[in-house]
Amino acid sequence: MSAPLLAIEGLGVDFRTPRGRLRALRRIDLAVPAGAVVGVVGESGCGKSTLITAVIRLLAANAEVREGRIVFDGRDLLTLSEGAMRALRGDRMAMVFQDPMTTLNPVLTIGTQMIDIQYRLREGRDEKRRRAAAMLARVGIAEAERRLDQYPHEFSGGMRQRIGIAMALMAEPALLLADEPTTALDATLEVQVIHLLRALQRDFGCAILFVSHHLGVIAELCDRVVVMYAGEVVEEGSVRAVFRTPRHPYTERLIECDPARITRRTRTLPTIPGEIPDLVAPPPGCIFVERCHRAIARCREEAPVLRGAGHRTACHLVGP
Amino acid sequence: MFLYLVKRLGLGALIIVVAVVMLYGMIHAVPGDPASIILGPKATPELRAALHARMGLDDPFPVQVARFLANVLRGDLGTDVFSDRPVAEMVFDQLPHTLALIVTAIVWAMALGIPLGCYSALHRNTAIDRITGVLSVGCIAIPSFLVALYALLVFAVGLRWLPAIGAGEPGDLASQARHLVLPAFAVGLGWVGYIARLVRASMLETLGENHVRTARAFGLPERVVITRYVLRIAILPTITVIGIGIGYLLSSAVFIEVVFARPGIGKLIIDSVTTRNYPIVMGSVLVSTVLFVVSTTLSDLVNALLDPRIRSGL
Amino acid sequence: MTTAAAERGRVAAGLRDGLARLVREPLGLAGLVIVAVIVASAVLADLVVPYDPIAINVRERIEAPSLAHPLGTDQLGRDTLSRVIMGGRVALHVALVSIGSALAVGLVLGMIAGFGPRWLDNALILGFDTVRSFPTVMFALAVVALVGPSLNTVILVIVVTSIPIYARVVRTQTLSLKGREFILAERAMGASGARILTLHVLPNVIGPLLILASMDIPGVIAFEAGLSFLGLGVKPPTPSWGSILNDGLALIRNTPG
Repeated sequence: MSAPLLAIEGLGVDFRTPRGRLRALRRIDLAVPAGAVVGVVGESGCGKSTLITAVIRLLAANAEVREGRIVFDGRDLLTLSEGAMRALRGDRMAMVFQDPMTTLNPVLTIGTQMIDIQYRLREGRDEKRRRAAAMLARVGIAEAERRLDQYPHEFSGGMRQRIGIAMALMAEPALLLADEPTTALDATLEVQVIHLLRALQRDFGCAILFVSHHLGVIAELCDRVVVMYAGEVVEEGSVRAVFRTPRHPYTERLIECDPARITRRTRTLPTIPGEIPDLVAPPPGCIFVERCHRAIARCREEAPVLRGAGHRTACHLVGP
Repeated sequence: MFLYLVKRLGLGALIIVVAVVMLYGMIHAVPGDPASIILGPKATPELRAALHARMGLDDPFPVQVARFLANVLRGDLGTDVFSDRPVAEMVFDQLPHTLALIVTAIVWAMALGIPLGCYSALHRNTAIDRITGVLSVGCIAIPSFLVALYALLVFAVGLRWLPAIGAGEPGDLASQARHLVLPAFAVGLGWVGYIARLVRASMLETLGENHVRTARAFGLPERVVITRYVLRIAILPTITVIGIGIGYLLSSAVFIEVVFARPGIGKLIIDSVTTRNYPIVMGSVLVSTVLFVVSTTLSDLVNALLDPRIRSGL
Repeated sequence: MTTAAAERGRVAAGLRDGLARLVREPLGLAGLVIVAVIVASAVLADLVVPYDPIAINVRERIEAPSLAHPLGTDQLGRDTLSRVIMGGRVALHVALVSIGSALAVGLVLGMIAGFGPRWLDNALILGFDTVRSFPTVMFALAVVALVGPSLNTVILVIVVTSIPIYARVVRTQTLSLKGREFILAERAMGASGARILTLHVLPNVIGPLLILASMDIPGVIAFEAGLSFLGLGVKPPTPSWGSILNDGLALIRNTPG
């Protein structure tokens, strides 16, 4: 099997806060093969956004990569200079963000912004404009040529997200990083955007790292899924394997709690009792031990490691 | 855009009209005979009667105001009772000096303030940022006439580098320029600090916005990000402030012209106030107010040009 | 614990926290100390001045700073330090009276503008904008030309030109509160406009207003100084920081060479 397009090995990221060092990501291992769609799922605060922002190296100023490697195209991104990193952004890797209302510059036309990001190409403005219009049409924006001269506030939220996708894919990147692109959209729009992404991915053949907290979307779009909890990867495998036969207790409960699974009318929604532990001082044992319904004594003392082949789990109760 | 233009100009015109009414009305609001007020201490009964007849001071107030407004629109701001010259002529004689002062001051304040603010925002908490911060606030706090006094003492009287009095020989640009240096410096110093702080704050706020993150995520060169994506938005509050600042600069000009014995509207007003010559005071204040309204309208229009969101939703 | 006591406790804790943060910031602490010293010296001026600020002593005129007169003497032999300390009184007096009055009137007008009918709001806004478009000093000069120079004129001008600024802020806050649900609930229960304004709108609006007002104090002091500097504020021999500067300017101008 050829080397994956993106391989994250043992990544650890801290945030320096007034309260101390927040250990946001710990020992992250994940791989994205070329042309594959990998989903990262987990509840709010589990570190999925931090992970994806770390890949494109746009973390906040108080973030610090403590350890690990991010290997992309055979090179460790963490060792690259800022100039080399900038050369990759918008070219080999591109990103789609969560909030379409604030992602685009409000005082420049869509056309200007889409032409700006083609700055690397040695073509004339007209050619760039044609490409931009074609891309907009591709993501389903009618009258694309005319609408290039409009401003972001003249588009709805759903359309702005499509514009974001158009911008990201216009450079035909090898890797598309998607940070919860459908979270801010309502259900119908969400479905449309997912279908659009699927179609485009088939056409362009790019790999996608798709972050979301919505299990249904992950199931629909992704080939493989990574389950994260409180800064760690707890389970990883093909979507079929993980969703049909979850092994980690957290994954089990997560799937059980998905509202889409509810078949009978009920007054209360199922939840996982408890809260995420304080990441300034993570416990020595398993990170999920406080909320786990199957914890044993060993879980408090020793942190489990991600093991397995194909379908990996970090749990003492799951055999090798 | 057109609709916004019309609305904004209309508002400006309305304000000028109300201002004229207020200024004219103030004469009548004060206890006493308006003619005595206008003529001042030199009022004799014959002069007062003559003035009443000439200015129509016995007509009902709305008629007087309407007449005055009509005159103003024709460029007639009344007549100076002492010299019999038209007020408009006297005011517009002095206006260019004050304008030169204000324009020079604001230009140098912007030329120094904007880059300083930019640099401070991009290099936060470095030594330069902190020093600029303290100096800025310090300069803002010092009233302009204080700066003027010290500048006068140090550069004109002490070191004798620059002239202390007047505006220079008419027609001699070099001499006029030399006479502008200290006054423009005094008026503009506080504004350098103010603009620098404002630009710094706006830039820091804009730098944190999501769309800047997007620009970076597409690998745009940092220079392009800063100029097209950040500065273009961050500069908007500064433009508004400069528009309003013209009003403050007009006020500062009064003090500076006194300190440096420079001709201009400020000096005209002061001299007229001490002689209680209200028509000239009123004419000068009117012209200054119109200037102010024009500058705020202009800055609003520039903002609308740069920020399409303002145009669409007034 | 009763809710009133709990509320007091929260406020006290907030104050303590704020004070603690202030003390930790060295520049802030330095500023606080300097301001406190100046205010104290102004309030206690009568006790603190080494000499009578208006006592003329022609023999000792225009002396350089010395041990007897740390800031020297002016052209009439009056001790400059004493005059400066006394001048602080004028500054504080003007600042407190004018800002206080402007706050009170601006608060009421702003609430009326925000809460009342649309036509009243438009009329008030037009008034505010017009007053704000007079350059302040110019306006002051116009008033002085009419009624003559005095400290009360200065205060009047400051009040009139400050009201629109405060009123605008209050109006904006009131407008945003007007649509909030708790105000709607009050109206549904039949509360009168005045009651809503005083009990519900006022406490929410006064916070930013006080911050704005406190930031205006230095500006007002400078304004008074400026007008006194032009000879249009205090009457001699009352010392004001501006009039002292005016004496200085006259001295520079009149000294030959």
